[in-house]
Amino acid sequence: MTTVTTTQPTATSAPWLQNNNLLGFFFMLPAAVFLVCFLTYPLGLGVWLGFTDTRIGRDGIFIGLENYIFLARDKVFWLAVFNTLFYTLIASILKFALGLWLALLLNENLPFKSFFRAIVLLPWVVPTVLSALAFWWIFDSQFSILSWSLMRLGLIDGPINFLGDPTNARISVIAANVWRGIPFVAISLLAGLQTIPASLQEAASLDGATHWQRFRYVTLPMLTPIIAVVMTFSVLFTFTDFQLIYVLTKGGPVNATHLMATLSFQRGIPGGQLGEGAAIAVAMIPFLLAAIMFSFFGLQRRKWQQGGQD
Amino acid sequence: MAGVDFVDVKKSFGAFPVIKGVDIQIEDGEFVILVGPSGCGKSTLLRMLAGLENITAGEIRIGGRTVNALPPKDRDIAMVFQNYALYPHMTVADNMAFSLMLNGSAKAEIDKRVNAAAEILGLTKLLDRFPRQLSGGQRQRVAMGRAIVRDPQVFLFDEPLSNLDAKLRVAMRAEIKELHQRLKTTTVYVTHDQIEAMTMADKIVVMHDGVVEQIGAPLELYDRPANLFVAGFIGSPAMNMIKGRLDASDPTRFVATDGTALPVSRPPAAAKGRDLIYGLRPEYMALAGEGLPAEVVVIEPTGYETQMIVRLGGTEVTCVFRERVDVRPGETIHLKIDAEHVHLFDVESGRRLFD
Repeated sequence: MTTVTTTQPTATSAPWLQNNNLLGFFFMLPAAVFLVCFLTYPLGLGVWLGFTDTRIGRDGIFIGLENYIFLARDKVFWLAVFNTLFYTLIASILKFALGLWLALLLNENLPFKSFFRAIVLLPWVVPTVLSALAFWWIFDSQFSILSWSLMRLGLIDGPINFLGDPTNARISVIAANVWRGIPFVAISLLAGLQTIPASLQEAASLDGATHWQRFRYVTLPMLTPIIAVVMTFSVLFTFTDFQLIYVLTKGGPVNATHLMATLSFQRGIPGGQLGEGAAIAVAMIPFLLAAIMFSFFGLQRRKWQQGGQD
Repeated sequence: MAGVDFVDVKKSFGAFPVIKGVDIQIEDGEFVILVGPSGCGKSTLLRMLAGLENITAGEIRIGGRTVNALPPKDRDIAMVFQNYALYPHMTVADNMAFSLMLNGSAKAEIDKRVNAAAEILGLTKLLDRFPRQLSGGQRQRVAMGRAIVRDPQVFLFDEPLSNLDAKLRVAMRAEIKELHQRLKTTTVYVTHDQIEAMTMADKIVVMHDGVVEQIGAPLELYDRPANLFVAGFIGSPAMNMIKGRLDASDPTRFVATDGTALPVSRPPAAAKGRDLIYGLRPEYMALAGEGLPAEVVVIEPTGYETQMIVRLGGTEVTCVFRERVDVRPGETIHLKIDAEHVHLFDVESGRRLFD
């Protein structure tokens, strides 16, 4: 027989310690203070600034929707909106397709498997500014290694003006963003692929499925919940991208690569119009909310994931 | 339907051999169980038959056709996996229809066959459910339904009952056996549970360390085990094994190393002067007024029978009595050994010596 000793709450402990709700509130307080100081306050300040004519070094006054009315008639702003949507759409599609392809490759039994998996993460771990600087050299109008290689191969006569031509610049920044974003998609999807039991693939191949049918009817449906999450995050990262553009083109040439984030910065800080910059940043919120809603519904458990136990 | 032949089949993972030359003939319509302890290669052999593992050497034939190079989808076999391997995102009906859908069967034909299989297995009411909403036994039945629908040449079962609780396992055992009697499809079934093997199989293949130890009908293995491994593996509680030699002057007397004398009815000639193991199943000892004295160590009544561990000379042996016995640990009982059912094994080779 073992003796069980139970500790009774001592009569001296304060009564509020007995109240679970109150105690819970105190436990949440540090996190809440942190969130209010570093998330809610800056966000609220940004929204407020969007309704003022604040400049750097001069407090503004409330001017209502004047900033937004001005932006609505501003062609550069609308170009930035278009650029951001175009950039996000194309880059996300490419990241998804290439990332999924890479994840499927890495999921096979390759020699040096873990080495390749580690290598794939490299673009993701290198600081963005560093990789952007590297791409700046790769896309240099005179010293580009791409131009040099193509010229050596005899495919082109002169160097390509990667960042000087509007179309080329758009393609170039998208390429750099895709290069940087693939690891996140590939590694996350690889993790998802590894949760699919091998016996399901075996059962499908015994059921007569070809490689493509196994992917189409087994792998892809079981991967969709993870695809929804990963692609939401990827879209959010891409939509708010700043560093790559700022290092590579600063929005040029002729605003062809200006994204909402870079335009907001340019108008707000170097341009000094804090209120207008804040308004541009606030204009990103509806788009981001839409992406979050997508994630909300994507994250919901499918019917086949519900009920029962394993 | 078709028979299956394994001809000198070998398999190594790298330099490590796991199947060391296996020959098995399986007749059309037969229910064959591969049984052995974990790591004996039985599952590997089944997966080789399914086409999920490569064959290092030898030949596997299904219905006379060599299938070594054939991918799984072209072998016309269906397999029930240990973890069922149901597609979690498909309903029961879709799970069962999947193979027919892939081979392009007409919708009406698919429905007909799925409904027929569901009828046989009692799944009709569950056709719209997802696997997560089913119990273990129901999932097991869906996995079998998926196999039945295809009407394949051979059914493969890879330890299908090991995830079920004891009671359900007994029920499913009967259900699988009944299903086989009904469909008469050649079946190869892998298990580590010798009771499953004994109760279900037409023919048992006992495997150990990548080789076949013995092939035979269940009772044949029980009554005439070829060697010490089969003798020890088949039967529960296990066969008692006592070391010793035959008496030089009276070969019907086996003298254990502790000096206890045990009866032998027909001593084989080859047994003379060799180190032997005296094999005696627990049920071939009976309580008698006089006989070998044995001290009771443990009594385990199950109601149906009484199992007892007793000390016979220096060795502890297990015996099973049909009758209820009123004794206590420490008391002495007298045993009469049925010498007709004694097996003698050669220690050196491990083989049974036939009389």
